[in-house]
Amino acid sequence: MGWAIALHGGAGDIPLSLPAERRTPREAALRHCLDLGVAALKANRPPLDVVELVVRELENSPCFNAGKGSVLTTNGTVEMEACIMDGNTKKCGAVSGLSTVVNAISLARLVMERTPHIYLAFDGAEAFAREQGVETAHSSHFITPENVERLKNAKEARRVQIDYTQSIKGAEVSATGKGESIIQATVARDVAALMEYKGLSLKEAAAYVVERTPKGMFRACATEDGYTEIGIWPSGINGDLEYPNK
Amino acid sequence: MGGWAIAVHGGAGVDPKLPEERQEEARRVLRRCLGVGAAGLRAGLSAVDVVEMVVRELETDPVFNSGRGSVLTQEGTVEMEASIMDGRGRRCGAVSGLTTVKNPVSLARLVMDRSPHSYLAFHGAEDFAREQRVEVVDNSYFITDENVRMLKLAKEANSIVVCEVDAIRLQSPADTCSASSTITDGGLHMNGLPISIYAPETVGCVAVDNGGWCAAATSTGGLMNKMSGRIGDSPLIGSGTYACGACAVSCTGEGEAIIRSTLARDVAALMEYKGLGLQEAVDYALKERLDEGKAGLIAVSRNGEVAYGFNTVGMFRGCATEDGFMDVAIW
Repeated sequence: MGWAIALHGGAGDIPLSLPAERRTPREAALRHCLDLGVAALKANRPPLDVVELVVRELENSPCFNAGKGSVLTTNGTVEMEACIMDGNTKKCGAVSGLSTVVNAISLARLVMERTPHIYLAFDGAEAFAREQGVETAHSSHFITPENVERLKNAKEARRVQIDYTQSIKGAEVSATGKGESIIQATVARDVAALMEYKGLSLKEAAAYVVERTPKGMFRACATEDGYTEIGIWPSGINGDLEYPNK
Repeated sequence: MGGWAIAVHGGAGVDPKLPEERQEEARRVLRRCLGVGAAGLRAGLSAVDVVEMVVRELETDPVFNSGRGSVLTQEGTVEMEASIMDGRGRRCGAVSGLTTVKNPVSLARLVMDRSPHSYLAFHGAEDFAREQRVEVVDNSYFITDENVRMLKLAKEANSIVVCEVDAIRLQSPADTCSASSTITDGGLHMNGLPISIYAPETVGCVAVDNGGWCAAATSTGGLMNKMSGRIGDSPLIGSGTYACGACAVSCTGEGEAIIRSTLARDVAALMEYKGLGLQEAVDYALKERLDEGKAGLIAVSRNGEVAYGFNTVGMFRGCATEDGFMDVAIW
């Protein structure tokens, strides 16, 4: 069997014409996070630790809609959320409505490990963050000029831009795309349910569940036998990067 | 089979020593709310309209503990949450952290029907409530003396229980006889609280209409002595509430256990992916997915079937079907 890891940086209408200056930093960030994850797995860190540390890196990167680089609410503020789940114990933790916590995923883990609850939100979550002494920062840490611009465009177009990453079962399935569709289709649980109840393989289950393949998804994966892949669009399109045996 | 059907619940995990008058009062309210729902279904209302209407009744009635009479957070305030799902199209709406909205389930419906989102919480949800001009009251409206007293007992019980065990589990240690005499009661616990203090906080309704469409709604004040900001299973689609073409489900009990097991969604998934019938799916989910958690649920299928299940001592519940069958029960 062996270890395996996959990570994503968001799905949606990623145009094939995405300019290099927007594409390269994201691919580099995915590469960097994947390497960190692989190193941790090779060092036998438990999967829960690995997913947390990888997601922390993704949050710290301004390229993705999490932590630094989060998209803005209609009021121009950030409200961040995250969750984590341990497939072994089925314990989980989640947070929503964070505005000052540098690493939401780590706070979610603390909810899991240090409270009798699973999910804390808004003021209550911020208060818990302070009790726990986690790192916090002023909103200027999280808000990037790119996202201020995006909000402006969205308001002009009177649309709501929904594009976020949602880690659900840390070691297994993480869904991304239009949040409301993910909620109503309980996407992450469905992949597991299809495997458990219908006997599908992971690949078959994932394919079954993705009702509308988004035009792209920033992603990276690696397995113990040396395979790695970093990509944006469905494989084979427009020079997706594939790295053979590392 | 076929035809309409409806089920309601007023929470799982009932004190076996609940006085007979309280039991009778609960049965009366369940019967009345069932009657309201059945009349709506007979008149051809859609399942989603009916579940909203019935849960509003349950929220407003002071006998059950959502809306007025909701339990208190550790700070002594009320934070309510609810969700609703229409199996037709699998549209859904949910709210959390409400402090002034008289009928949380109706705000959840408005999130579904009048916002581009599925779930709003805390300040944002309260702002939306004002924009939508729903009925709001002062937070003190929801707080009852009974619950102020219960909160105090809960704090005492937790301070005895927590010190000896893993803080996450809040299971009772074997020996609580040092607790005050109001707290010992044969060791029955839910969510770490002795059953005499724990009061099931959740209400819910599931229905299938004449067209075969299913819907579900769930509403709650949450968990006694919870941390402010705590979200439980009731507003989480797939955990406390779920509806699709095949069935509709509303759960109640230990919120954390229901979340981890995605209980409502699992009943539907068992039907869809494993081909189980409604009652089989309910039984399987409760038996195999909850681990040590305690919970109950109600469900209906597109074919007009109704099912319940619970692994707790009691669940306030009732059901009615088009052929005239009606049942209200606690144990």
